[in-house]
Amino acid sequence: MSANVELDDVWIRFGDFVAARDVNITIEGGEFFSFLGPSGCGKTTILRAVSGFLAPSQGHVRIGGQDMAGIGPNKRPTALIFQNLALFPLMTVWENISFSLEVRGAGKAERRKKADELLELIALPGQGDKFVNELSGGQRQRVAIARALAAEPKVLLLDEPLSALDLKLRQHMRTELRSIQQQVGITFIYITHDQGEALTMSDHVAVMSAGVIEQVGGGTNVYDHPESAFVASFVGENNLFSGKVSKVSADRATVETNVGNLTAATPKRSNGAKLKRGDDAYVFIRPESLKFANGSNSFDNTIKARIVQQEFEGNLWQVFLDAAQGKHIKMSMVNDGQSLGYDSGSEVALGFPSELAVALPRGPLAAE
Amino acid sequence: MKSDNFLKLWVGLFVLAFFAYLFGPLILMSVTAFNSSAFPRVAPWECFSVEWFNVLVQDDKLMHGLRNSLIIGAGVVLIAVPIGLAGALMLTQVSARVRPIYYTIVISPILVPGVVLGISTLIFWDRLGSMFGAEYDSFFYDGIFLTIIGQSTFIAAYAMLVFISRLQRFDPALEEAALDLGATHVQTFRKVLLPFLKPAVGSAAVLAFLASFENYNTTVFTIVSESTLTTVLASKVRYGINPSISALAVIIVALTLLGAVIYEIMQRRELAAEKAAAKVAADAETAGVATTTPVATRASKAGAFADPAVFIVLLVFAAGLGTVYFAGTYGLEECKVRVAEQKRALTKKRVKERQTLEMFKGAAPSEDTGAAGGGQPKIEAKGTEGYRGIFDPGNLEGQVESEKNGKVEAKGTEGYRGIFDPGNLEGQVDSSEQQ
Ligand SMILES: Nc1ncnc2c1ncn2[C@@H]1O[C@H](COP(=O)(O)OP(=O)(O)OP(=O)(O)O)[C@@H](O)[C@H]1O
Ligand SMILES: [Mg+2]
Repeated sequence: MSANVELDDVWIRFGDFVAARDVNITIEGGEFFSFLGPSGCGKTTILRAVSGFLAPSQGHVRIGGQDMAGIGPNKRPTALIFQNLALFPLMTVWENISFSLEVRGAGKAERRKKADELLELIALPGQGDKFVNELSGGQRQRVAIARALAAEPKVLLLDEPLSALDLKLRQHMRTELRSIQQQVGITFIYITHDQGEALTMSDHVAVMSAGVIEQVGGGTNVYDHPESAFVASFVGENNLFSGKVSKVSADRATVETNVGNLTAATPKRSNGAKLKRGDDAYVFIRPESLKFANGSNSFDNTIKARIVQQEFEGNLWQVFLDAAQGKHIKMSMVNDGQSLGYDSGSEVALGFPSELAVALPRGPLAAE
Repeated sequence: MKSDNFLKLWVGLFVLAFFAYLFGPLILMSVTAFNSSAFPRVAPWECFSVEWFNVLVQDDKLMHGLRNSLIIGAGVVLIAVPIGLAGALMLTQVSARVRPIYYTIVISPILVPGVVLGISTLIFWDRLGSMFGAEYDSFFYDGIFLTIIGQSTFIAAYAMLVFISRLQRFDPALEEAALDLGATHVQTFRKVLLPFLKPAVGSAAVLAFLASFENYNTTVFTIVSESTLTTVLASKVRYGINPSISALAVIIVALTLLGAVIYEIMQRRELAAEKAAAKVAADAETAGVATTTPVATRASKAGAFADPAVFIVLLVFAAGLGTVYFAGTYGLEECKVRVAEQKRALTKKRVKERQTLEMFKGAAPSEDTGAAGGGQPKIEAKGTEGYRGIFDPGNLEGQVESEKNGKVEAKGTEGYRGIFDPGNLEGQVDSSEQQ
């Protein structure tokens, strides 16, 4: 059983501070939806509004079509996995997992049975009698998930549940979470400031910055077609060139930058106004979209640069270059078994097709 | 190097002096409880005896006071602990701006002198009682009720401090987690917060009980016509004490020590269990597999009496009690007879001395200094004797007796009592010089 979640014109204020501004999102039942944004942008705040720990200052939260105003967290069909897990330290694992049944008055046998089922699901069979502090970090993580699932929520809310884990375990847990979601089929709303996590697991991602939803879309959409300078700089790596718009066509804009005129695609739907001639703008081009321009290929954009350093990463070459006026450029190339063909210090021309670059109005960028 | 040793010596001396200062009185008093002498003292040592414990148990006033103290202590625990808990919980609920004001208000009973609390409690309930036209045997004028109420006003604040310090370590997310999982607020309190606060409830109860048990300032006003242990003790000091008071002190000190030792053992167990648990978890993490090792924390959950170390401590304690009791009764009568004989012999000697002194005095009546010297020790002796016996219940009787039996008898008891008094010796030297 899953339910959709609608955030309709939601504002959340703490005094004068606006933690969430005009949030309008519809999350379909049964999907894996992520909120992605830097620390302090208001992700937890939105999740708390969905789970019922705080009431929006304005707007509506609807779950399964029902307005949640005035309904407490213990009455909502949601279960929250806390940023710090918040497992009960004085209870055993199985008591933790079956807590939601206990408060509903279920008998011990029933609770134990449910706990054992869920322990099976999270691949921790036979660990029910341990205490939480006797588990490893990843095991605790899974117990928290099981505890939330035991409540049979229609919507599971996860607040950066993997942030405390080391890289390897995190990657392992990602796949595990995704498979659990597919198994139980309920709506997952997942919060993270790790874009890799958001992109790999989610059906849809909402990118947030300072209380504002910058863009909602599928992972590829957000990565390939950023709609704001913030999204372009926050999601994945990007080379940024700033300048003034000199020419605008239907879906292209040409920007005068330090390294010459660059032509790039303009998104169909952009946050704010469309680019006009004379506007301040940014052109973003991903490191993997840059190629060496030599006789055999031709691009509508070329940049002259000098190779400063090359790093070999096995599957990739990372090439660092300096263009005119000391502009740093990064480029990555798939290692195809051939040598790069250039030495550090050599002058090269870089090229890219305009459809792989994006021109966006100047705006706040993600902090490095 | 040398100055280093010197410093160490000084530090050692200081520590020694410090502990002597701390525990000297306690040790001395505890020892007096086992001396058969009728006045609490270490020297002269008469007989090793536990009779004062019997005297203590048979002292009806003291026992009545003790009973009241226990009742009041229990009452205070029942009132002060819940109020303290409520106060501490409230502190976590009020907004950050109000918090300092709230804290100051609820903590203020600790800052108000106990005497003031006592008097105000008394007056308040008296006024209330007369407002309702209550009888004098109603609870408005009941010493035990008033004392429980009066003491609870500030002991609740102590309890609150205990709860606050525990609550500061509580993760509020746990409460939210419980709510999120469908628990009501009452269920959250009962199943999550209360188990977490359980150790603090114990500490607060013990603290409240002890604070109530030893309270005098407030109690002396609110107790009205009743009595508690402290008020009985206070009145005893006024009219003279015997070593049964020391015996009481020994019992209290022993129970405290026992409690402290058991607490320490349990604490260490828990710590060890926690460490073991952490190790198990770490092992599981490195191995990356599900371990099924026996659960270490279970040990700390078992009752105190199942703990072998605690059991041994209790056993040793009981054995010590038995030994002391046996030693204190065995051969006590013979010893007492011996001491009495010694006393008698000494008295005789004294009487003889006195008689020879009188004889000399009679022989040289013309000597001015002699007459003065003869008079001097008598006066001095009387003075010191009066001082020293101030706590002696037999003192009054003794004086009456000595008045009846004449000076000689008085001198006899005085001589014995003052046998270690350096001033006494001087007097004797003085008088012998006169001779
Ligand atoms: N109760 C509160 N009162 C005032 N300000 C708050 C409150 N809770 C959150 N904020 C503010 O709201 C903003 C968003 O907080 P939130 O916890 O939602 O961040 P987040 O996106 O979850 O960050 P992180 O990734 O670090 O967890 C922060 O600037 C925070 O200071
Ligand atoms: Mg957060």
